[in-house]
Amino acid sequence: MAHFEKPAEGSWTEHYPELGTGPVSYEDSISPEHYELERKAIFAKTWLNVGRVEQLPRAGSYFTRELAAAGTSVVLVRGADAQVRAFHNICRHRGNKLVWNDYPRDEVSGTCRQFTCKYHGWRYDLQGECTFVQQEPEFFDLDKTQYGLVPVQCEVWEGFVWVNVDPDNTVSVADYLGPLGAGLVGYPFDKMTQVYKYRAQVGSNWKLFIDAFAEFYHAPVLHARQAVADESRKLQGIGYEALAYKVEGPHGMVSSWGGMAPPKDINIVKPIEQKLRSGLFGPWDRPDIEGLDPLPPGLNPAGSRSWGIDSFVFFPNFMLLVWAPGWYLTYHYWPTSFHTHIFEGTLYFVPPQNATERVRQELAAVTFKEYSLQDGNTLEATQMMLESRAVTTFPLNDQEILLRQLHMTARQYVDAYQNDLGIPFTPASVPAVS
Amino acid sequence: MPVFPAEFADLEEFADWSLATEAQRYAQRLSSSMAELQAFYDAAFPRLEEILASLDRCELKDLSEQSTRLLWLTYSLVNVSFPVEVWRQPRVPDSGAAAMDVVVEPAI
Repeated sequence: MAHFEKPAEGSWTEHYPELGTGPVSYEDSISPEHYELERKAIFAKTWLNVGRVEQLPRAGSYFTRELAAAGTSVVLVRGADAQVRAFHNICRHRGNKLVWNDYPRDEVSGTCRQFTCKYHGWRYDLQGECTFVQQEPEFFDLDKTQYGLVPVQCEVWEGFVWVNVDPDNTVSVADYLGPLGAGLVGYPFDKMTQVYKYRAQVGSNWKLFIDAFAEFYHAPVLHARQAVADESRKLQGIGYEALAYKVEGPHGMVSSWGGMAPPKDINIVKPIEQKLRSGLFGPWDRPDIEGLDPLPPGLNPAGSRSWGIDSFVFFPNFMLLVWAPGWYLTYHYWPTSFHTHIFEGTLYFVPPQNATERVRQELAAVTFKEYSLQDGNTLEATQMMLESRAVTTFPLNDQEILLRQLHMTARQYVDAYQNDLGIPFTPASVPAVS
Repeated sequence: MPVFPAEFADLEEFADWSLATEAQRYAQRLSSSMAELQAFYDAAFPRLEEILASLDRCELKDLSEQSTRLLWLTYSLVNVSFPVEVWRQPRVPDSGAAAMDVVVEPAI
């Protein structure tokens, strides 16, 4: 029996008929050839979120991002004119990586007045112009103005920094994010600057971890022991239903209840949560800042009084989770091969005023890690068996609608890319359903 | 020289849990026995409200060295609450070789 009302069609999935309801092939998660197509069709074409403006507080602040899936490294920098720009992280002289320390594959951040190549000392200003060439007269008719850093399209939306390595892209970030993005505009992201960031190497295709975080159907089972025993049995008996789902173009969202912040009965949470008034859903008491009441229209779309969290899946690899108690979380999934990726989870809180608030946030962050470790390891087990191809298609239920959408969208990007190249659909263009 | 403020002298024997980073706290948790985790938890958990009441008397940025060390101790208490209250083992069950590293955390 449904605990929350579904659309007139009888299910969330059938409300979006393009998604279908049949079993879904996971060939798209185990094929090296398909992954190579995804790199070109998706990661080299779409907007990718690479961080927040708070990481670039002043002129000369910079950080690098390794975009293995898009086949490049980029450097983000705030110029003397306060503008945030992105460049391919390559020296124009002979191709050395421009910004790095000690380990060429590691990401770095810092503040500088200019970039100087470690190899032959070519220099570039914060706007990317080449300002110095070592032994310039030795070159032949070299015009420095033609040797600036190669720009990458870069935009800031609500304080989030985005890049698109496709120079032919003509869509703004706001247009790309569509109605789901528009519904978040005005949320006080800029006041939530207390950051915890976690990173993990995960032995699965990038889409499998999005799958794991785009449904809560698994939560009462995989995370059963996070609640006290009686409550856990009750939760498994009830199962999971979301308040609402939305599918908009390549993006989707799930809105969920969140009875744990604070719980109706305090005895269902563990002792330290009772004592600190905090847990997985964050500190139970909302911070005293503007912008949380009323919320932007895109949050809590069902208007539920038991609303707890909205999870947005912004294609391809960025998730944004806004929690009712007034904090947010981002997930990034950076593919490194068809069956490996780097996962990043970043928690953002309003800076604590005192030790109590600080320790409450610590509990939320530690709880996040405990859950994510369980999730991450399960994925390697899934990847392993998918690769056996002993079973090739899988039934997805109505609470897994965003997984259906993700895999369909990724396949559509690959199909469109091949179409543009005039390549007929091959086995690599994976069938949507059996 | 005591590590913590005088009113928390009873916690001095657990001063090795006063660690500045999550990586240190998590590593110490994994290298401890359940008996050690339980002993730390049993000593620190009942004092949690008094610790926070004491630390809340001034702003975070103005904490003394001893108070800061006490605050770090509470972070460790939070970290070991999972093995003690939930997992009954130091490691997250079924997490195997999986690791999740903190790459950014608050300065205090």
